[in-house]
Amino acid sequence: MMEITEGSHAVAEAVRLCRPQVVSAYPITPQTHIVEALADFVANCQLDAEYITVENELSALSACVGASAAGSRTYSATTSQGLLLMTEVVFNAAGMRLPIVMSIANRAIGAPLSIWNDMQDSISMRDSGWLQFYAEDNQEATDLHFLAYKVAEDTTVQLPAFVCFDGFILSHTYEPIDMISQEQVDQYLPKYNPAEKLDAKDPISFGMYATPDYYTEFRYEMDMAQKRAKEVIAKYGKEFGTMFGRDYSALVEGYQLEDAETAIVAMGSICGTVKDAIDEMRAEGKKVGLLKIRVFRPFPSEEIALALAKVKRVAVLDKNISLGAKGGATAIEVRDAMYGSATTVKGYVLGLGGRDIRKKDIKEIVSLCEKGVGDQFYGLRQELI
Amino acid sequence: MACKTCELFDSGHRACGGCGAALAARLVTQAAGPESIFVSSTGCMEVFSTPYPETAWKVPWIHSLFENAAAVASGIEAALKKQGRKEKIVIMAGDGATFDIGMISISGAFERGHDFTYICYDNEAYMNTGIQRSGATPYDASTTTSPAGKCSFGNNRPKKDMPAILAAHGAPYVATASIAYPADLMQKVEKAINTPGPCYVQIHAPCCTGWGFEGEQTIAIAKLAIETGLWVNYEMVDGKVTKAKKVVRKPVTEYLKTQKRFRHLFKPKAQDAEIAVIQAIADRNAEKFAIDIKLPPKKE
Amino acid sequence: MALAVGCRARPGKARDNKTGSWRVFKPIFDHEKCSKCGMCRTLCPEGCIYEDAEGFFDPDYTYCKGCGICATECPKDAITMKQEEK
Repeated sequence: MMEITEGSHAVAEAVRLCRPQVVSAYPITPQTHIVEALADFVANCQLDAEYITVENELSALSACVGASAAGSRTYSATTSQGLLLMTEVVFNAAGMRLPIVMSIANRAIGAPLSIWNDMQDSISMRDSGWLQFYAEDNQEATDLHFLAYKVAEDTTVQLPAFVCFDGFILSHTYEPIDMISQEQVDQYLPKYNPAEKLDAKDPISFGMYATPDYYTEFRYEMDMAQKRAKEVIAKYGKEFGTMFGRDYSALVEGYQLEDAETAIVAMGSICGTVKDAIDEMRAEGKKVGLLKIRVFRPFPSEEIALALAKVKRVAVLDKNISLGAKGGATAIEVRDAMYGSATTVKGYVLGLGGRDIRKKDIKEIVSLCEKGVGDQFYGLRQELI
Repeated sequence: MACKTCELFDSGHRACGGCGAALAARLVTQAAGPESIFVSSTGCMEVFSTPYPETAWKVPWIHSLFENAAAVASGIEAALKKQGRKEKIVIMAGDGATFDIGMISISGAFERGHDFTYICYDNEAYMNTGIQRSGATPYDASTTTSPAGKCSFGNNRPKKDMPAILAAHGAPYVATASIAYPADLMQKVEKAINTPGPCYVQIHAPCCTGWGFEGEQTIAIAKLAIETGLWVNYEMVDGKVTKAKKVVRKPVTEYLKTQKRFRHLFKPKAQDAEIAVIQAIADRNAEKFAIDIKLPPKKE
Repeated sequence: MALAVGCRARPGKARDNKTGSWRVFKPIFDHEKCSKCGMCRTLCPEGCIYEDAEGFFDPDYTYCKGCGICATECPKDAITMKQEEK
């Protein structure tokens, strides 16, 4: 059913339909509308869950760890400083192989304090072992939650998942959403019933420690699970498409890429702006296309290399910066994916701390890339430096 | 349900010979029985009982991190509620995890009123990392981060009053116990487990390695702590002390002398002023909990 | 043996670690003096003292670390610690 809804509310509704038994969250801007909506659902018996109002984010995710290990589907949401506060648990939940799903309303990290959007928060967790999905719009943000649970809980994956969507830009924006029904969700996402859980009938120890004889293999297993997740995402993304008409089988998605000479690589809501800019550039005869990365972990290296094999140059947009390295994390990883090809890869760090990126900026970046200028911040206010 | 003949904490664990905490784990798992789920914080007990794949826990057990056991337990409790399950939840955490790093998550979980029992096995320092001071380290104990030296008598603060803090959270049942009194300990753990809401039991568990004494003395030293009034076994129901073990008190030196961590109070010379401070702590305990048994005057 | 997902294990394997090899002193139980009170069993940090059919107690030397708590706490002095011979 199509309805005009705020992004956060649409996400909360999707979470409700996934029937988590335990929701545990701590309020932080701009995630608050999600957790308020969920609290409202619980208060009105529209969601049969225990809602734990924890005292901070570290405990928010810790409670999810306990609930998930006890065999319940669990959910949390956070952003920015909150995600950093729970960092230790982020890594822990992945290592314990607990399929928790958490929404990230992407926001910059202080200092300086900023409540506005970029992707530094979730990108900083890229080595944690969590699957990372990035939404371009609120429809995708909504749908990715169903997919995230399905993939995370698959027995060949058993890893937690972030569903990332841009704070304010998506979380506080009203868009028309096609919300699938409870019946349909139940059909797609069966009840969570893990083979192993904390249970007096079959006592298991969770979270033991590993000596050097075992530790490496546990990390290897996590890496393999990440890699297996690619196929699982393809399978369940396709199933979603067959059932509901929106296919999420691809980890990356091309737009006007077939004959493109310059390709832009981007994640999240900026992709919408890029598409509009491409339409205008195409009208001017410029062969520009977009490769949208929907899944950042597992990182789709092969898919990227394949999709960009024919382009001359690539401009990677990063709403994050790996300080002291060569640009943002996406550019670094795309460059690695393209290693050995003749394609030039240039990175552009932009949109940090909520700075707007418009169509003209995208066009400017394309012309910089054409000139071979890149691997730099874009849009710096020179008068301040 | 308690199972006094069950061995739910298996032999083969790697605790030091004479470990007070290992005995506490045995007694607490027996008092809790097989229908319970245990949550551990990072620490000595977690390490000596669970090197993969050799778990000593015959009950369901989970360890996540150092500071979050109470939050993990909150999540388990919520999950069990939704699944209609009846297992009891017992946290086993050391004093560092309880008094210091886990304080926020404990406060949050007690305030929210989850139904679990939080057991702190109190060996009065960070033993796993090599005997550093914690908020539970007693006055003048020498640890590796509060060493006695030419201008220091060791730890310069008294123990944090954790039971009072948790009673102030509205915990319906708070108790202290000692491995030297196993029947009392088990009774208190059982009572805590069967009391709805967040309950707290703090167990004095001497550490032969950290305190500096022979493992065979573990129980004897735990007993001396009580007999000198430096540890009081008591119960609080709804914030009020209802019971405290009475003793014919011995001077604190009888306890202090037995352990290397207090050796600097006696050698190279007796530090009477410092010992007097510790005696005053015991005297205050005795007064506060009214533990002194007054012997009738001896007949001439 | 393949790794368990997420570093988990079922009970039983701790017993693979036969801690009796740590022992320097060995507790010898004298049933003549024993009052069958069971204090030794209650206070053993290893949980490795067992009651026999007649109600007497004996340690499982496979796991006994020789800490000596049983000997110190036995109210009948029925347990003595002897230097381990290896």
